[in-house]
Amino acid sequence: MAHATKDLSALARTDEEVLVQGGLTFHDITELVAQHTEKKTPKAWWAAFSVAFLGMLTLVAMLAYQVWNGVGVWGNNIPVGWGWPIVNFVFWVGIGHAGTLISAILFLFRQRWRTSINRAAEAMTIFAVICALIFPTFHVGRVWAIYWTLPIPNQMEMWPQFKSPLLWDVFAVSSYFIVSLVFWYVGLIPDLATLRDRAALMGRRLRAKILGFFALGWCGANRHWRNYEKVYMLLAGLATPLVLSVHSVVSFDFAVSIIPGWHTTIFPPYFVAGAIFSGFAMVVTLMVIARKAYGLENVITIDHLEKMNIIMLVTGTMVGFAYITEFFIAWYSGVPYEQYAFINRATGPYAWAYWIMMSCNLIFPQFFWIKKLRRNIPFMFVASIVVNIGMWFERFVITITSLHRDYLPSSWDYFVPTWVDVLTLIGSFGLFFTLFLLFLRFVPMVAIAEVKGVLPEADPHFYETHGDGHGRPATVQVNRGRSS
Amino acid sequence: MLKELLRSLKASMGIYEARDGSVYGLLAEFSDPAALLHAARQVRKAGYRHFDAHSPFPIHGMDEAMGLGNSKVGVITFFTGTITGFALGWWMQWWMGAVDYPLNISGKPFFALPPSVPIIFELTILFSALAGVAAMLALNGLPRPYNPLFYSKNFARVTDDGFFLFIAASDPKFDQATTRQLLEQLGGYNIEVIKDRGEEEGVPASAPAAEATVTTS
Repeated sequence: MAHATKDLSALARTDEEVLVQGGLTFHDITELVAQHTEKKTPKAWWAAFSVAFLGMLTLVAMLAYQVWNGVGVWGNNIPVGWGWPIVNFVFWVGIGHAGTLISAILFLFRQRWRTSINRAAEAMTIFAVICALIFPTFHVGRVWAIYWTLPIPNQMEMWPQFKSPLLWDVFAVSSYFIVSLVFWYVGLIPDLATLRDRAALMGRRLRAKILGFFALGWCGANRHWRNYEKVYMLLAGLATPLVLSVHSVVSFDFAVSIIPGWHTTIFPPYFVAGAIFSGFAMVVTLMVIARKAYGLENVITIDHLEKMNIIMLVTGTMVGFAYITEFFIAWYSGVPYEQYAFINRATGPYAWAYWIMMSCNLIFPQFFWIKKLRRNIPFMFVASIVVNIGMWFERFVITITSLHRDYLPSSWDYFVPTWVDVLTLIGSFGLFFTLFLLFLRFVPMVAIAEVKGVLPEADPHFYETHGDGHGRPATVQVNRGRSS
Repeated sequence: MLKELLRSLKASMGIYEARDGSVYGLLAEFSDPAALLHAARQVRKAGYRHFDAHSPFPIHGMDEAMGLGNSKVGVITFFTGTITGFALGWWMQWWMGAVDYPLNISGKPFFALPPSVPIIFELTILFSALAGVAAMLALNGLPRPYNPLFYSKNFARVTDDGFFLFIAASDPKFDQATTRQLLEQLGGYNIEVIKDRGEEEGVPASAPAAEATVTTS
């Protein structure tokens, strides 16, 4: 009886958690991921990189133009003092949040499927936050004085004004950036050591030296793993409240003001849900391309993509629910300005943007109730892009429609972006993809050590039911063949 | 006394002293995580303390098998980073906003807790994260560019699919012949004597040497 239960539990374990397909061994996984950083740069990479790099140069040119001429080159003007720069800032910060959700929150919930996507998602976080930070930095107008936002002792004997949500943002987003970077780097150390050792075996000494510097002398010692795993869990535990706080603080930029349509308590949870929603859409966009281009279909499986689509369905519905709640609260509050702000959103001059937002974010993800569509790669690719368009418009609607008509009709206006606005947004995508392509080229894009750790063969108990505990017995292969 | 303390501290990081003509220790390979776990448990039982298991990923149950207690990273992080970040965030906003440069903003108090919460919170997280990583590196003795284990060519597979057990020569119970016998009994193969050749011999900087001059059984 006891024997039977043991067998059953072992079976359940191997059948239930087929996270990696195709019966890959430890070495296969190393090979599969590491080779892309070692072989000659593919032509397709150069093609993609040149397009992205051109975009990045556009961004640099636009920012230089803006610094030289002033913020007036953008469409921002009273009453819409916050135009596209803030829209883009919130958009990019939001994109970043899915990476932390995958790396930290799913880690704490022991969702082991995260291991195959967390590296790329964390990289996405860092690059998205870089893109985000550019906008408020240049939006201050005098970018050379941006250090005034930091509490640095200076000859003016002045300190920042800590009661402003904008300053909270400085602390929240920069802390978020540093912690994300550290988290990412700590996760990278064992994999950099893998690349280092491979480079040494290949006789590429300079490469081994450079990687050796960043791998910090990692040797896979259990005495090291012990502290490493502890700090990894700590960082996950710290990043979880951090990511929730960052978008809450971003929403405070709006919610702490007294503008109708901004001054609502629903903003923090609603912004966080929206951030996760758009971030997952971006992860799906990137992963669908990367897994195909780099032949990682067995590591980033269709099951992973389906799980991300389910998260998109859930968060998209949450966001849609928040849109409707806002309307209800505006009506229920009995405040005419608040009511007008929302009626104006849905029926006023920016109604087109509002309905793009509604259909992309609330209605479109509902297709993911259908399992066939959740597992359909072309469909999810389109859906992920639609979602990100919708989420950009969400920030547009919140920022622009609330500002363009406030209390005094005499100050009402219609905001129109300039060509500089448009090219700066396009350029920020250029920067993002430039960084992401460099990441794909030089860094292992899948967490090698972590994926090995979730293979059934990584569990010492696996060998109790499969063979004598010495060597990799033939029965293992048979079993894996059956279960996959 | 202090020297002894330092030695044991270093040993806890996996940094050992060479003995008898630069013998650093014995390295044995094992076939899979279960075999390595079993070997680590037996080596511990045999009375060895200066040994380590090396694997491409953390092996569940290995800390217990090696007789290592709970990692101290958490406690150190709390008492250095978390408390510092929290106190600094609070003190900074109070001192800068209410003492050194009081500025009247719409008649709001110079210092109040509610608007100070976000920055206190962010700094607590930031300092904790940085302290945690610093504690991890310090307790692991990293970065460690030079490690005699890197002389073994075979050891390069530790970051790929190799499972190794290393017993340091600095362990009081270490004896080349009997220790080798123990490792063989436990199913170890490719057993090598690792020599600490020091920095003067053209040491590979944090990378396994292409030319390994170790004896292989």
